[in-house]
Amino acid sequence: MIRFDNVSKTYPKQNRPALRDVSLEIEKGEFVFLVGSSGSGKSTFLRLMLREERTDTGAVHVLGKDLGRLSNWKVPQMRRQVGTVFQDFRLLPNKTVAQNVAFALEVIGKPRGTIRKTVPEVLDLVGLAGKEDRMPGELSGGEQQRVAIARAFVNRPLLLIADEPTGNLDPQTSVGIMKLLDRINRTGTTVVMATHDQQIVDQMRKRVIELEQGRLVRDQSRGVYGYQH
Amino acid sequence: MRAQFVLSEIGVGLRRNLTMTFAVIVSVALSLALAGGSWLGREQVSHMKGYWYDKVEVSIFLCNKTDGTDTANCSKGAVTPQQMAQIHSDLVKLPIVEKVYEETPQQAYVRYQQQFKGQAGIDLLTPDQMQYSYRVKLKDPNQYQVITSAFEGRPGVQSVQDQRQLLENLFGLLNGMTYVALAVLAFMLTVAMLLIVNTVRVSAFSRRRETGIMRLVGASSFYIQMPFIMEAALAGLIGGGLACGMLLAGRYFLIEGGLALQDKIKLIQFLGWGDVVKVLPLVLAVGVLMPALAAFFTLRKYLKV
Repeated sequence: MIRFDNVSKTYPKQNRPALRDVSLEIEKGEFVFLVGSSGSGKSTFLRLMLREERTDTGAVHVLGKDLGRLSNWKVPQMRRQVGTVFQDFRLLPNKTVAQNVAFALEVIGKPRGTIRKTVPEVLDLVGLAGKEDRMPGELSGGEQQRVAIARAFVNRPLLLIADEPTGNLDPQTSVGIMKLLDRINRTGTTVVMATHDQQIVDQMRKRVIELEQGRLVRDQSRGVYGYQH
Repeated sequence: MRAQFVLSEIGVGLRRNLTMTFAVIVSVALSLALAGGSWLGREQVSHMKGYWYDKVEVSIFLCNKTDGTDTANCSKGAVTPQQMAQIHSDLVKLPIVEKVYEETPQQAYVRYQQQFKGQAGIDLLTPDQMQYSYRVKLKDPNQYQVITSAFEGRPGVQSVQDQRQLLENLFGLLNGMTYVALAVLAFMLTVAMLLIVNTVRVSAFSRRRETGIMRLVGASSFYIQMPFIMEAALAGLIGGGLACGMLLAGRYFLIEGGLALQDKIKLIQFLGWGDVVKVLPLVLAVGVLMPALAAFFTLRKYLKV
């Protein structure tokens, strides 16, 4: 599904590398937490998987493709199979809930019939049935994140990347979001989630990958947030 | 491609940037009107130059049989073959002469018909009203006086004309105007390009949220860029349309109504509506393509994959 082979990445004008010699593999259907303090390389890790950045050395394979060799015009095709969710939701404030989700399908040229059918389905799945015509501003943070997840999942991606999806939410709401991500994971979608939320990681007992100053320092199945001795 | 989606995006973009869009339309319209105008100016000059202008400096017109009555030089009647032979051999002997062309009345008639095609009264002319002439190319165009003094008043010669001298001032003026127009045009074009680039940048910036999401969900760069390019092209099309209107109005004002040069200067054959209409598709095409290309190259920088 995802493979990092000796990946290093240094941003221009910075002497410290963001990632150093990271190698790991994530299987299909796994749920993986990516932890580490700010600046440890989590975001770079996620951006490399989306091919928003390229490696300096080493190779990143996602969904069987070597992203370093993927030509620019093929990148959109790859991203259609990857859903993304962010801490700040990134919804369009002037579109309704349903329109926000439909937007993701419209811009990849899906026929209108498909959109009319799949948008209510996915909104139902994330627990927003009946709120199709609300504007994002009228929703709570947790609900907005559900819209974002619906948008990421509406195209049934094989991989869902979540960058601190509960970072802006209170603990109780976060639990709801995690349940939703878990449900999505159970449909067979691989989930990679970067987080700072210790409680969640400890509760879920999934695979934990920890980065520290760009190095892979821990890769533990059924792990917790902190070190276990 | 969902046309409705793209169209609504274009509408949103144009409305958000109304003032900038207006500036783009005006500057495209002005620069294209200038471009079309100077193009037409050149056409007008070459129209007036006729067949011989770029080839010879001096023309020696010989008498024909109808000249005798109204031209003093030709009171002895049409030029004789002996006179013609004499004039020709004398011309060729002059060291300053580079080349001599002979034009028969029939050739003159055909050229006249071509040059003034479509004008009223052209049918009244017959080949036998035309005359023999020698068209002379000089090694040094400034020495046309030598020819004038040597041949004017000779038997059989109706007149010696230095056509170039006659028209040089007028053409100089027209050419000067064309160059000024080209300079202003280059300036306007630069302004138009900068405005387009800036408008597209502002447009892309104000919609970075949308384009960011489009990138993430895997919209192709074509799909992402299309609304912006169409926006610029649409503004350009409107600008081009205005430029076309200005060119048509310009011709009407200068030649027919307003200044009515057509009535004041009978000697010159002015460009017809057909000549103006011919350049309009070009103006429109440039009006659409130039902003679209400018937008395309700007976006390559601002909307990376």
